[in-house]
Amino acid sequence: MEQKPIQGEKKVFMTGNETVAWAALAAKADIMYGYPITPQNEIMHYWTRLAPKHNRKFLQTEDEISAGFTTVGGVLSGKRAFTATSGPGNVLMQDSLSMAEMMRIPIVMVVTQRGGPSTATVIYSQQETTLTCFGGNGEGIRVVYSTASHQELFDYTIKAFNTAWKYRFPTFVLGDGYQSQMREPLKIYDPDEKGIEFVPAVAQLGVEGEAGVDRDPIHLRNTYNMEDELYEVVRGLVDDFKAVAPEIEEYREQDVDDCEILVVAHGIVSRAVEGAVQQLRREGIKAGSFRPITLRPFPEKHLRRNAEKARKMLIVESAEGQLRRLAADAIYGCQTPMEGLFRPGESITVEEVVQAVKGLL
Amino acid sequence: MSIQPQMPRLWRRETKPHKFCPGCGHPLILKALAEAIDELGIADRTIFGCDIGCSLLSWDFFNLDTVQTHHGRTTPVMVGIKRARPELICIAYMGDGGGYAIGSQHLVNSAVRNENIMAVLANNTVYAMTGGQMAPTTMPDQKTETSPYGRNVKEAGNPTQGPEMVAAIASQDAYVARGTISKLGQLKNFFKKGLKNQMEGKGFSFIEALSACPTNWRTNAEETWNFIEKDMTKYYTVGEIKAPVQDKEG
Repeated sequence: MEQKPIQGEKKVFMTGNETVAWAALAAKADIMYGYPITPQNEIMHYWTRLAPKHNRKFLQTEDEISAGFTTVGGVLSGKRAFTATSGPGNVLMQDSLSMAEMMRIPIVMVVTQRGGPSTATVIYSQQETTLTCFGGNGEGIRVVYSTASHQELFDYTIKAFNTAWKYRFPTFVLGDGYQSQMREPLKIYDPDEKGIEFVPAVAQLGVEGEAGVDRDPIHLRNTYNMEDELYEVVRGLVDDFKAVAPEIEEYREQDVDDCEILVVAHGIVSRAVEGAVQQLRREGIKAGSFRPITLRPFPEKHLRRNAEKARKMLIVESAEGQLRRLAADAIYGCQTPMEGLFRPGESITVEEVVQAVKGLL
Repeated sequence: MSIQPQMPRLWRRETKPHKFCPGCGHPLILKALAEAIDELGIADRTIFGCDIGCSLLSWDFFNLDTVQTHHGRTTPVMVGIKRARPELICIAYMGDGGGYAIGSQHLVNSAVRNENIMAVLANNTVYAMTGGQMAPTTMPDQKTETSPYGRNVKEAGNPTQGPEMVAAIASQDAYVARGTISKLGQLKNFFKKGLKNQMEGKGFSFIEALSACPTNWRTNAEETWNFIEKDMTKYYTVGEIKAPVQDKEG
């Protein structure tokens, strides 16, 4: 029998990209399709070294358009396929992602955000929030996990495969260049030993039996002739997504019970925010934090519950209001004033958040 | 009692009459393709992918598992399937815009990587679904909606000679041919050879089929056939462009 990629549980010190490669192996991913772009590259580097030892496959494609569509093909054929990209590559992949959104193709994609717009930097940013949640000509029928640590990169990459195949929505792990490139201690583990059950991958094409003889052929399309016909399909997608949203939604709260200033952040920025809240509390300032872990579906009710209790809100992000738009939409009608600390493409420190909160007092 | 024409077994009667215009070349290409698959007995493991443009109208044409993709993206979807499930026979079906313009990078790189799939491209010299614009394959001086005074090769370049291009970059085991709807028996044989190449794991096969679009050409039956048989063949040579050595000997 083939040896498992990870035996039991191991404490490791590795980069985020290496973590993702190990997580995909542990999640029984069959094949990765990819195209080089910084800061995502090492996911492929580690995967190409590890995959052949565990009978997994890799294809380096001609561009991200192809990487997205080959991933779609792999998933349609019933394999646990994934890809990873960043920035301009994320833009190109939206072509295939809108097809995945329309046709319920459970592709898994890891996004290592880099600065934008355009080519910009390869370092770090949260400017792919809107793109990842709502890219393509679609309605944002996607699941987006925004991770904040290497442990989460490992946990949520594994989870992404299960979410994708359980609900059949394209599923994203939204990281960033800092998470990709820095090293951090974490525990990697064999998911079987943790009792994580894997949702089986099911083929949408090339199933048992001869089409037209043993069974009807499977005809998959994303083109429709009539408005009504399309409306019915999209309404179905939206309703299905809304129905399971409460099961999928995840968030994290800190000191929210009596907080006056509610600080909202996602991804790695939330670590600065949580550090700031601790410091502010030590100084006797009633701050708390809310972190949406899923950006799609957005944990609307939970943010609203906290926002309505607070005197003021502060949105902190490494983008010019992309999280703010998600939050404002989620709590529409809530009277709590909402301020922003926006640093597009730049990191945010504990001290900056502390200062910004104090400015609201 | 009327005599019914012999149709391939893959011809899905439930979805006929088909959705193509009268006089369109697609159904003829698809019929030849279905006959080739029938004769090789590979229907139980064949996956058909179609592009955007008129080719998408084939999404429910066959008794085959089928996926309609995005414009130009059928080749990578089929490559993705084949890489994941090598036991399947994968066919990517597209028009000239899908293969030579918006998806040309996929055609080129699949050929270079010798992906073990078969790409089939219908060349009718126009973007037909969108209303008859100039395509990569529009003939010199041919009038279209975006070349109303005729294709000026100084501005628009020469028509793409796809099979010749693919043959130049593909592996020695690749199979490349150009057929025409005016020689369906030959076209079927090209498909069979291409599919055999895939079954034997030799790699990429690419077959262009000269096709007709009387709707956008604004031609009657006689003019349509003249355009395919006389005008198009002056520029587009019909025949095998590249066949693996062993096939030539055999």
